[in-house]
Amino acid sequence: MSAHLPVLVVMVPLLAAVVVPLLGRRSPGAAHAVTLTALGFALAASGLLLSAVVTGGVWRYELAGWAPPWGIEYVLDPLSAGMMVLVSFLALATSIYAWSYLSASDPQRIGIFDSLYLLLVTGLLGIVATGDLFNLYVFLEISAIAAYALLSTGGERATVATFRYLLIGTVAASCYLLGVGFLYALTGTLNMADLTARLADVGESPAKAAGVSLIVIGLAIKAALFPFHGWQPDVYTYAPPPVTGFVAAVMTKVSAYAIFRVLYFTLGGEPAAGSALVFLGWAGVIAIVAGSWLALSQTDIRRMLAYSSVSQMGYIFFGFSLGSPIALVGALFHVLNHAVVKGCLFLVAGGVGWRTGVSSVAGFVGMGRRLPLSMLAFAVAAVSLVGLPPTAGFFSKWYLLLGAFEAEAWIGVGAVVVSTGLSAVYFFRIFERAFVVADDRLSSAQSNDLPVGMLGPALVLAAIVLLLGLFQQPLITHVLQRALPVAVS
Amino acid sequence: MTDDMEGLWSVGTAQYFLTTVLLMVGLYGIVARQHLLRKLMAMNILQVAVIVFFIALSAKSGATVPVVIEDGLEINVASYVNPLPHALMLTAIVVSVSTTGVALALLIRIRRRYGTLSETMLLAKLRE
Repeated sequence: MSAHLPVLVVMVPLLAAVVVPLLGRRSPGAAHAVTLTALGFALAASGLLLSAVVTGGVWRYELAGWAPPWGIEYVLDPLSAGMMVLVSFLALATSIYAWSYLSASDPQRIGIFDSLYLLLVTGLLGIVATGDLFNLYVFLEISAIAAYALLSTGGERATVATFRYLLIGTVAASCYLLGVGFLYALTGTLNMADLTARLADVGESPAKAAGVSLIVIGLAIKAALFPFHGWQPDVYTYAPPPVTGFVAAVMTKVSAYAIFRVLYFTLGGEPAAGSALVFLGWAGVIAIVAGSWLALSQTDIRRMLAYSSVSQMGYIFFGFSLGSPIALVGALFHVLNHAVVKGCLFLVAGGVGWRTGVSSVAGFVGMGRRLPLSMLAFAVAAVSLVGLPPTAGFFSKWYLLLGAFEAEAWIGVGAVVVSTGLSAVYFFRIFERAFVVADDRLSSAQSNDLPVGMLGPALVLAAIVLLLGLFQQPLITHVLQRALPVAVS
Repeated sequence: MTDDMEGLWSVGTAQYFLTTVLLMVGLYGIVARQHLLRKLMAMNILQVAVIVFFIALSAKSGATVPVVIEDGLEINVASYVNPLPHALMLTAIVVSVSTTGVALALLIRIRRRYGTLSETMLLAKLRE
């Protein structure tokens, strides 16, 4: 059993996705219990895998016993196993939140909702686990199609936004697939490790450059990197809160992971990968400032958080492009930090909207009194996003800045500083309204916080932000540094 | 067998022009068309372009289907068509069908709510 753990992590949510809609018609509770069990299993198994690969080194699993490069293999190293833990943990947290959100309004839909949710998780875990470029495409589309269906359930506006996302997302996936086709035509292999060996013999050619560019552009669209972020704000604004909480937290990060995997591991040392990283770095630097600037001018809180994500993805790609060990540790830590933080922020913002009907920044007056614990979680996550100690966000930005100083990337340093200032402004606008501004009409308002099922996940995520900050040193030495490609570390 | 110097993959270049034209038609349609259903059809054309590209990779003049008919004969790679791109594209077609299905479901809901699939009219209604 434990020998097949890498495939079970992906298969168990997939099988549960088949069972859940059948159960959901008769008993929504049983369906959700199966969902939580499957996600809990995925989290436990990912944790075991992470500890196994941190101590024992890379774990290559041959699917159905077919030897690579002909068969598909799953490659578990500290990077992919760490991402699996992140994905399955946030999936579990937001799934608990989803139950409270849905059971009140529409229990009949829980079976279908959970099924799509499990498919989305399956796709994301598969992207992370696989060591095969075409298999990555299949999982990319499994997660994307499940996400389209889930995101569109937020109402009519969500449907329009999702249709646009579907078109752009499919263009992105087609770009990726075409790029894989170029590399396959050059080398005759789809296995990532095999490709690394064979590409070295091919030599420079326009076809190689085109293949790498198409792959990077496709994944950058999926990661909502500026200037490819056009689909993202509308989708995050109108989607139902439990879905936004998960999708905004993990989906773009998994695409960023795929870029990191392809550029640093599969194509490590290729000149084309180096050029791609320079492009991503500049796009990232522009995103850091532009995202924060756009977030500042938003009146809807969800849209503000969406533009803030554009900026945060910029940090991650800026770190990737610097390429030094310290900058890469910073970027990977920022992946972790931003996933937890943005999950928490969207869960609270969605919960506030669900409880009070407020989604505008101006409407947050007195929220600190009405939903004290939720706003506490929101505040901790926001502080981490701005980057104040002792939260995780301080350390991830700190390592990014150290890497930028080392590389003397002064424009990037300036962008990070400006963006930090802007993000402080857009979050303190909310803090001021929620905690400071007194409203006579609200002074008698009773505390009416979210139900435990929605409050709990938000508080746990906020606690993790603090824990990541406190235990950043062991985390970096034991996991993040081992997640770097050998050539770098 | 044609000239071996052309390499295993080489059959001609027309298929690459076809891929490029289909890609451009698809991208243009997605960007420029007003009607959402036409945008969706353009998206399908874009996907077909990628499928044509892959299938063209496996084409080989003078080669046959990759089935070993008689045992004991020496197997010459050059005399068989590469089956892998076909298998990959079968999966890509399934992906394309699923995406189209979800997209059509979304379009039905948009049409029911807003009574139109024209982008200009839809944007006008969304601004209200």
